[in-house]
Amino acid sequence: MGLLEVKNVNKRFGGLQALGDVNLSVAENTVHAIIGPNGAGKSTLLNVLVGKLIPDTGSVIFDGQSVLGRKPHEINQMGISRVFQTPEIFGDLTVLENVLIPCFARRDGSFKLHAFETVMHEREIVDMAEQMLTDVHMIEKRNLQASTLSRGDKRRLEMAMCLVQQPKLLLLDEPTAGMARADTNNTIDLLKEIKATRPITMAIIEHDMHVVFSLAERITVLAQGTPLVEDAPENIKGHPKVQEAYLGQSHE
Amino acid sequence: MFGLNKKDSVLFVLVLFLTMCAPFLLNPFPQGSELAQFNAGYPDLMQRFVIFGIFAIGFNILFGLTGYLSFGHAAFLGVGSYAGVWMMKLLTMNVIPAIMISVIVAGLFSVLVGYVSLRRSGIYFSILTLAFAQMSFSLAYSVLTPITNGETGLQLNLDDPRILGVSEVNGSIPPPNLFGLSLRDSAEMTFGNWVFTFNTGYYMCAVLMLIAFYISIRIFRSPFGMMLRAVKSNQQRLNYTGLNTKPYTLAAFVISGMYAGLAGGLMVAMDPLAGAERMQWTASGEVVLMTILGGAGTLIGPVLGASFIKYCENIFSKINDNILHQWFAFMPDGIEDVIVFLVHPFVGKGWHLTLGLMFMLVVIFLPGGLVEGGQRIGRLFRRRKPDAASDASQTKPAE
Amino acid sequence: MDALLLQVLNGIDKGSAYALIALGLTLIFGTLGVVNFAHGALFMIGAFCAVTMQRILTLSYEVVDPTRTDFLGQPLKVAVPYVEKFLGESAGAAIIDWAVPISILLAVPFMIFIGFAMERGLIKHFYKRPHADQILVTFGLAIVLQEVVKYFYGANPIPTPAPDAFAGSFDFGAMLGMEAGNIIYPYWRMVYFFFALAIIGAVFGFLQFTTFGMVVRAGMADRETVGLLGIDIDRRFTIMFAIAAVVAGVAGVMYAPINSPNYHMGMDFLVLSFVVVVVGGMGSLPGAVAAGFLLGILESFASMAAVVEFLPGINQIIIYLVAIIILLTRPRGLMGRKGVMED
Repeated sequence: MGLLEVKNVNKRFGGLQALGDVNLSVAENTVHAIIGPNGAGKSTLLNVLVGKLIPDTGSVIFDGQSVLGRKPHEINQMGISRVFQTPEIFGDLTVLENVLIPCFARRDGSFKLHAFETVMHEREIVDMAEQMLTDVHMIEKRNLQASTLSRGDKRRLEMAMCLVQQPKLLLLDEPTAGMARADTNNTIDLLKEIKATRPITMAIIEHDMHVVFSLAERITVLAQGTPLVEDAPENIKGHPKVQEAYLGQSHE
Repeated sequence: MFGLNKKDSVLFVLVLFLTMCAPFLLNPFPQGSELAQFNAGYPDLMQRFVIFGIFAIGFNILFGLTGYLSFGHAAFLGVGSYAGVWMMKLLTMNVIPAIMISVIVAGLFSVLVGYVSLRRSGIYFSILTLAFAQMSFSLAYSVLTPITNGETGLQLNLDDPRILGVSEVNGSIPPPNLFGLSLRDSAEMTFGNWVFTFNTGYYMCAVLMLIAFYISIRIFRSPFGMMLRAVKSNQQRLNYTGLNTKPYTLAAFVISGMYAGLAGGLMVAMDPLAGAERMQWTASGEVVLMTILGGAGTLIGPVLGASFIKYCENIFSKINDNILHQWFAFMPDGIEDVIVFLVHPFVGKGWHLTLGLMFMLVVIFLPGGLVEGGQRIGRLFRRRKPDAASDASQTKPAE
Repeated sequence: MDALLLQVLNGIDKGSAYALIALGLTLIFGTLGVVNFAHGALFMIGAFCAVTMQRILTLSYEVVDPTRTDFLGQPLKVAVPYVEKFLGESAGAAIIDWAVPISILLAVPFMIFIGFAMERGLIKHFYKRPHADQILVTFGLAIVLQEVVKYFYGANPIPTPAPDAFAGSFDFGAMLGMEAGNIIYPYWRMVYFFFALAIIGAVFGFLQFTTFGMVVRAGMADRETVGLLGIDIDRRFTIMFAIAAVVAGVAGVMYAPINSPNYHMGMDFLVLSFVVVVVGGMGSLPGAVAAGFLLGILESFASMAAVVEFLPGINQIIIYLVAIIILLTRPRGLMGRKGVMED
C-alpha cells in the first residue's frame, strides 16, 4: 500500500477522454516522477490529486483518506504540500514571513484567531523558520521583500515554505518549467540535497527528461491519459513503448 | 512596553502624547488673532478627529491588511448609532451601555454582511458591500421608521422611559454622562491670550481611540495580522499552505465592523441622535478616503488621514469670500479679485470639490498616502547624508 | 391584468435608463478592463446638457411693451429670447419647446470630448493598476464632476420640460379595448423607451456589422491575442470609451424631462447600474440590457400597493436583494461568460 493510491481514475471533458483508467501508487520515501508528452493528461491528473477536479470514476486515497472534493487547505493539512509551475510566494511579505506562515499553519491548523500574540515572540516558530532558511542558504536574505528575489531564489523560497511543514508528500508541478539550464541544474541540486538530508516522498510532474532522470527513483509514463509503463528509470530509458510515445510525438 | 517592540512603543507614546495634549497643540494661535480661525482645539472638532480616527483604524484592519475594499462600512457605523440612541432612550444616559450595545449590534450585523459578501472577492466584494449598505440606508429611511424615525432621525425625547435613569431633569433631557460625569463638561484654562478647553467627552473618546489604536498595533504584529497580509498578497498560496482564508477575512471584517460600531456609539455619546444619512455610500467613501489619504496598511496612516480630512473639512467649509478678501488684501485690487474668484469654488460649500480632487490626486500620485509621502521626504533627506544611505533602500514590512 | 401591464410600462422607462448606463459600464469594463465609478456622472452631465441648451435658447433681452402695463402702471418689460428675434416668433418658440431633443446636438460632441479627455487624461494610466485603485480614482472623479455641476447649477432640481407635443399621456387601456383611463402612460416615457431601443440597436449594430466593432469584440474576448495581431487596440478602446460616454450622455439628455436633473442623480443611478451590470454579467452587453429592463420592471412590480402591503419596503431593496442572490448563486451573472471575473 503506497502513501498515495490512485485507482481506476477516469475523467472525460465532453468527447475527450482526458484520463482513462489511471492507476498509480506512490510509495513512501521515494521520488516518483510522472512524465508524458504534451496533452498526455499530466495537468488533469495533478488537478485531480489536489482536489480541484473530481474524476468521473475512481478514487484517490492519501494516507488512508480520500482527497476527492476536498479544499486546498484541507489537502495541505492532510500532509500534501505543493510547488507550483511558477513560484507562488507572498510577494509583499519578507522572506522570513513567507516561511513563518507555513510554520503557523502546521502548528495551529487552518484557522486560529491569534490576534493578540506577537509573531516575533513565538520563539520556537521563528527558530524553525530561520533554521529552514539556513538549510536552503537564504538566511541572509530573510528581511528582503520576497517579490524582489531572483526567480531561482523564489523557487528556493517556495520549496522552503513547503518543506518547513514537513509534508508527507511533496507535489512538484513542472518545477523547472521555463527555467534556464543553470537554474534548472540549481533546482535539481536543491532537490537532491533535500532528498539526502531528510526522509521525504516526492511526486514530480515533469516533461523535462533531464530533470526526471536526475532525480526519480520510479517513473510513470503517461500517454493519452493512460499510464503506459511504470518502472525504475534505467528500465524506462530503453522501453519501446516510451520511445514510441515520445518519438511519435516528436515526429508530428 | 505592553508587549510592543521599541519602534511601536515610540509610535504609541507619540499618539498618546498627541491625543492627550491635543487641546494645547491644536490651539497654537491666541484668541482674537487673525490666525485663530485655524485653531482646531475645540471639543466638537477634537471629538470628530478621534471618532473618525477609530473608524478609519478599523477600516484599515480590513482594507489595509487584506485588500478587501468595502464600500459599505458606514452601514455599521449607522447601525451602531441607532442601537446607541435606543439604549439611551430605554435604559440610561450613562454612555457605557450605549457604546457597548453599538459595538455588539454592529458586530452582529457585520457577521451577516461579511458572511455573504466575503463569498466573493475583488470588485464583486465591493459591489456586494455597497448593495448591503444602500439596502440598509433605504430601509432605515422607509420601512424601519418605527426604529429609525425615518428622515427626521432618531432623537431623545422627554418621555423616554430610561428605566435605569431619569426621563427628564427640570423639563429638559439629561445630558449623556459617564457614571455621573457629564460629557459636555469642559474645563477652560486661560494663559495670556490663549484659551485651552479640556472636554470630558473628548478625553473619553481619546482614551477609547488609544485602546483601539493599541489593539490595532497588536493585530498588525500578530500571526493573525500576518495571515491577513498574506491574503492580500497571494490567496492561492495561502490556501495551498493549509490555511482557510474565509474565517480570516471574516474575522477581519467583523473586527472592522465593530470598530465602526464603536465610532457610531461614540458619535451618539457626544450628540445623542442618529440619522440614515450616516449610512449612505458617500459616507463609506469618506472612510475609504481617510484610510488611503493617510496610508492604507500603515498603523498611523488612518489616524492622520481622519484628522487631516476632518480638519480640512472644518477649515475649508468655514472660509467665505470675506475671509478670502482679507487674506489677499495685500495684493492689488484687480489681482485680489481674480484670486478670490479662483479660490472661491474650492472653499465654503465647495469643500467637497476639494475633497474629490484630493482623493484623485492621492490615488494617482501617492497611493501610499501621507505616510509614504513622509517616508519619501525622509529618504530624500537621508540620501543627503552618505552614511545613512545604505539602509534607505531596505524594504520594510507594512508598519 | 391591466395592473400588471401598467407596472411593466412603468418599469420600462427606468429600465431603459438602467440599460443604457449599464451598457456603457459593461462596454468599458469589457474593453478596457476598468471599473468606472464616474459613469453615473456622465449620465448626469448629459442631463445638464439639456439644461444648458434650454438656458442658451431662452437667453433673452428685454423690450418694453407699450400696450401692456405692470401692476405699478409702468409700461411692461417683456423678456424676448434671442432665438425668437432671429428666427421669428413662432419658429423661435418651437425651437425653445424642442430644447431637450435639440440638446442631443450639443451633448454628442461634448460627451465625445469628455470621454476622450477622461480616457486619455486619467483612465489610461489605470489599466494596469488594481481594480481597487480604479474604483477609487473614478469615485474621486465622480465627486469632482458632480461638485462642478453643483457649483454652476446649484443643488436644486431644474425642471426641464419635454416638447409640448409629447406633454400628454397615452391611453393604453383604451387602445387595447380595455376601460379607458386605466392604463395611461406619458408620451415622453414612451419616446424614451423607443429612443433607448434605438440607441441599443445602434450600439449592437455597430459592434456586429463594422470591422471596427469586430475588432473591439475580439478585443473584449481576448485582448492579448488581438494585440499580438498588430492591431492598435488602444486607440479603438479610446473610441469605445467615448462611445460609452455618448450613450450615457444622451441617455441623460432624454431623461431630463422624466426626472428634473440634479447634481447627484448620477450617483443615484450609478449604484443601481452597477448592480444591473453584475446581475447581467460583467462584460456581457446583452446581459446588461436584459438585466436593466428586467430590474426596472421588477422594481416597478415591487412598488405595487398589494406587494408593498404584503412585504413593506420591498420596493426599496428589491434590486439589491436580487443582486445579492444572483452574485451568490450565479456569480458570473445571467449572461456572463464562464470564467470572467467569477471569483
